[in-house]
Amino acid sequence: MMTRTARRTRRTVRVVATGAAALLALSACSSSATSDPSASAASSDEISGPVTVFAAASLKESFTTLGKRFEEEHPGAKVTFSFGGSDSLAASITGGAPADVFASASPRTMAIVTDAGDASGTPATFVRNQLEIATLPGNPDRISSLADLTRSGLKVVLCDEEVPCGAAARKALEASGLKLTPVSYEQDVNAALTKVELKEADAAVVYKTDVKAAGDKVEGVDFPESSEAINDYPIVALKEAPNAGAAKAFIELVRSAEGQKVLTGDGFLQP
Amino acid sequence: MTSPSSPSSPPSPPSPPDKSTATPDALGGGPRRRPRPVRRGGGRGAPLPLLLPALIGLAFLIVPLIALLVRTPWRSLPEQLTSAEVWQALQLSLICATAATGVSLVIGVPLAWLLARVEFPGRGLVRALVTLPLVLPPVVGGVALLMALGRGGIVGQWLDDWFGITLPFTTAGVIVAEAFVAMPFLVISVEGTLRAADPRYEEAATTLGASRFTAFRRVTLPLIAPGIAAGAVLAWARALGEFGATITFAGNFPGRTQTMPLAVYLALQSDPEAAIALSLVLLAVSIAVLAGLRDRWMTAG
Amino acid sequence: MSESHNAAAAPGSPGSEEGLDARLLVERGTFRLDVALRVAPGEVVALLGPNGAGKTTALRALAGLTPLSGGHMRLDGAELDRTPTESRPVGVVFQDYLLFPHLTALDNVAFGPRCHGATKAEARVRAAEWLDRMGLAEHAGAKPRRLSGGQAQRVALARALATGPRLLLLDEPLAALDARTRLEVRAQLRRHLADFEAVAVLVTHDPLDAMVLADRLVVVEDGRIVQEGGPSHIARHPRTDYIAQLVGLNLYQGRADGHTVRLDAGPHITTTEALTGPVFVAFPPSAVTLHRDRPTGSSARNLWHGRVTGLETHGDQIRADLTGELPLAADLTTVAAAELDLHPGSEVWATVKATQTHAYPV
Repeated sequence: MMTRTARRTRRTVRVVATGAAALLALSACSSSATSDPSASAASSDEISGPVTVFAAASLKESFTTLGKRFEEEHPGAKVTFSFGGSDSLAASITGGAPADVFASASPRTMAIVTDAGDASGTPATFVRNQLEIATLPGNPDRISSLADLTRSGLKVVLCDEEVPCGAAARKALEASGLKLTPVSYEQDVNAALTKVELKEADAAVVYKTDVKAAGDKVEGVDFPESSEAINDYPIVALKEAPNAGAAKAFIELVRSAEGQKVLTGDGFLQP
Repeated sequence: MTSPSSPSSPPSPPSPPDKSTATPDALGGGPRRRPRPVRRGGGRGAPLPLLLPALIGLAFLIVPLIALLVRTPWRSLPEQLTSAEVWQALQLSLICATAATGVSLVIGVPLAWLLARVEFPGRGLVRALVTLPLVLPPVVGGVALLMALGRGGIVGQWLDDWFGITLPFTTAGVIVAEAFVAMPFLVISVEGTLRAADPRYEEAATTLGASRFTAFRRVTLPLIAPGIAAGAVLAWARALGEFGATITFAGNFPGRTQTMPLAVYLALQSDPEAAIALSLVLLAVSIAVLAGLRDRWMTAG
Repeated sequence: MSESHNAAAAPGSPGSEEGLDARLLVERGTFRLDVALRVAPGEVVALLGPNGAGKTTALRALAGLTPLSGGHMRLDGAELDRTPTESRPVGVVFQDYLLFPHLTALDNVAFGPRCHGATKAEARVRAAEWLDRMGLAEHAGAKPRRLSGGQAQRVALARALATGPRLLLLDEPLAALDARTRLEVRAQLRRHLADFEAVAVLVTHDPLDAMVLADRLVVVEDGRIVQEGGPSHIARHPRTDYIAQLVGLNLYQGRADGHTVRLDAGPHITTTEALTGPVFVAFPPSAVTLHRDRPTGSSARNLWHGRVTGLETHGDQIRADLTGELPLAADLTTVAAAELDLHPGSEVWATVKATQTHAYPV
């Protein structure tokens, strides 16, 4: 049912957008599932129309920049992003939301999509993200290690273990044999960071990229155990992608040297 | 009912029904006298242009709940529900919703009285402000509460400095967040009842020697009790389901600030079946409580 | 202007401290109430007037429910202008009684004593006594909605009296009752008011209520007192059209010169009294005789031509309204009306004997 709707939408879009290239559209259509190299080669010159990217919230800054580049490189293409928790995005995709690309913050959430058979091809890790401690500006509590967070009287927030940053934090804590009782398990990394930004919490364990994006509202503290819990970010084109050609091109941009430069500039690690 | 009407009905039918059925008969022609009264009886007060949307509306509200029941993992349900975390969250939810309703009653009923009975400049504006939490996204409400009552908030920093009280990440914080979101329901309901209630009863009480407060306590309050009850139930239900303001202001820690809606949301991330089971519990509890209150309070009025 | 015609109940002489002495000034928008009242203890005064005259405003001002814009209010020598309602020794019977619907008749009556510091038990004993006196002992446990109109009225009276007020205010005490109950309750209320030893002021637009219940009438129109005095005096000497209509008299104003009164507009009337200067002339509708043709042998000195504008049954009488030289109302029997073949538009002659008229100075 969803499949048919998606296909119909895609066809309509195609006909409206590129009228004369109906044949090409059909070939792209049939080839999207197998990602035929010849088809993608053919379409790389003809990238246009809307392309929808579902991406983890932590990718917002970088992907917004990359989306603009993409539109510059391919006039006629229009990138639409949906940023959110990887889990909810995965749930939307398996639920039939029409999207072309999925970039997740963890292999586990990516597995939800691949297990459901909604991915086209194998996901590729395009960046990695490392945890960092976010403290109040100027680090008034002189936090220098993960162990410092267990100090009594210190209000620490973690992400809930159900979301990737929480799972990663737990991994790091377990690896270092520390027992940390936070004041709250926040529903996502932004909520955790906000608590520090508003000075309600003294520290949070979040991603390096988030600390960087927060500017001078928080201060980042590296800790060695973070290497035990580095998050891989996989990206994949989706099987029911309404604009498969553009999806492929966008993934290529993300993985290119140019794309990596933007991502590492925002604090991501190269895979 | 039977004995006088049945013998008299054979000779007399033309006279009483004539008036009432004259128009339909005239429109439809004579012979179909029988089925008409039947149809009139059956469709009375429910014309199709109203009935159809009404039924769609009903389905719209009911079907998602039925879907929840259909998709409930009944087999694993006992296991899901017997976990200590579920009971902890449920217990916390009930305590906090009830406490938030209590707080709302203590400060919301006087506020409603003020809005309904005292003329003061800017009353319209104050009323609008009171209803603002109704339209404010709860998450924004939570952030606003942090800015006001948080550790660094404009009021919260004094609470912290003077009394060592910090509300975020505490059960009290959950109650505050829930009361913030739920109280407008109570205030609006009570204010409406107060406006409808005759203020002259209060005057009558003062002529009997009652101070304005005594008049309120002994006359107005009992008079508007049904409205207060209805408002309290609304507020309680809203507080029980409150998510956004709670998780934003009070955070999420099992046993302390993790209420059922938070548990449901987080379970949904990894284990939708558990989330459905939790939702079902919340649904059952609220239906039970609302139904119980309805019998005891609502119909009494 | 207010000559007292009730020597027995002469309202508090200037030095007297007892009773009510008030001048009520209330201004609200374009409406202005200015009423001076002096009522002696034991006296019942009725404020009588059309709707919107300001009677209820006056009553509310006395109770402290409407603030005074000016004037003063003294009760038994004590200044009450600024005393809040709950501290005034007043009892009020409201038009629709306003019995507290959530309390029983007993608790309604006990409410006042409770607020005045009595214990619950004391208050209930006193309330039970009052209900008993009103003949309502068996209804003590009933909620107001289970009481009949007459019973509710008596509970309201008991509630107002149970605090021992020095000023009893009754706002249209009988208006909420149907005609039959009204008759019965009016008689009871008269008895209870006669027993009441302090000041009673009642407001009504019904002249019969006022005349039966009150020792003295104060007629209020447009926020001012237009006339006051004993019921019989007012009934015989109306000074405004409103009162004349209320008491069913034809009333005219004019200048007297001996037995002849030349009306301000229209013809002259011959009267029994010989007066000079501005006067009122009144005669009852029953004093008018109607004729189809101009009477020739009639001894009546007052003869006017007119046309019937309306006919209305009035008990076993017919009331005919006439326009013409002298607009007037005439009462005649149904038989007479039939013989005259009266209908709206009929041309008739009206006569009134001079002995039936009553002239008095303005």
